[in-house]
Amino acid sequence: MSLFSAGDPVRVRDDWPETGGAVHIRTPHYVRGMPGEIRAYLGRFPNPEDLAFARPARDLALYHVAFPRQAIWPEGQGDDEILIEIYETWLERA
Amino acid sequence: MSAPDDLLRVSAERLLVAIRDILAEKSIVSPAEIADRIAITEAASPAQGGRIVARAWVDPLFRQRLLGDGTRAVEELGVVMRGAPPLGVVENDGSVHHLVVCTLCSCYPRAVLGYPPFWFKSASYRARAVRDPRGLLAEWGTIVPAGVKLRIVDSTADYRWMVLPRRPEGTDGWDEERLASIVTAGDMIGVTIPKIA
Repeated sequence: MSLFSAGDPVRVRDDWPETGGAVHIRTPHYVRGMPGEIRAYLGRFPNPEDLAFARPARDLALYHVAFPRQAIWPEGQGDDEILIEIYETWLERA
Repeated sequence: MSAPDDLLRVSAERLLVAIRDILAEKSIVSPAEIADRIAITEAASPAQGGRIVARAWVDPLFRQRLLGDGTRAVEELGVVMRGAPPLGVVENDGSVHHLVVCTLCSCYPRAVLGYPPFWFKSASYRARAVRDPRGLLAEWGTIVPAGVKLRIVDSTADYRWMVLPRRPEGTDGWDEERLASIVTAGDMIGVTIPKIA
């Protein structure tokens, strides 16, 4: 089961678990708190944040999410975009 | 001296043998399985990727399967994907050019392209691919026209991504082998486009 579908507007949680101790995070810093759009559901994969510490890892929905590049860095051309794999636990409805 | 310092002084060869013996003794992985995996890893190279691209250029149905499920499609060509992360393939066309990067580390579609080029892991490539991609591409001599969208694929999680480049003009009637010979690793990462020599 997946919460989001292609075309849904989402926002990456503005969360910084790094500040609380040792973690393994696959969500790049530069998209924390940024709005994006779901492009595709990619399947379910065990949570790497647990796998990295050999903890039991539950399967999470993984999405391809597109971000307008210029909203993150103002230089460069207008409609270029960055496509990133992001786990459902990092996304909220925008 | 702490234990990790001791480890750094042991020769890599001795460490490898010790680990291989322990894995065999505990029946986790047999020496034959390790040799098998080494052979699979070394068989992968940009030439293999070139073969996949050439097939997609000449066979529209294969191209469709490749874009739909990269892993299954390349297995048709004899590429061993067992134990490898799923392969995603993104296609360049007249309106979009793809560039693959792993800003977090160095994720690379090794099962199809082999070892990554040294620069793929460099901090400057990883930073500039997302921040100044057109400037970065210009240094490779790759000019993405103003009307073409640049889509940077930041490979952050479970997939590995490869670019299916556009077939260059002037290659009509070429057979697959000749087509494959002009495709480079850079073309399948998206820093360059295939050129006729």
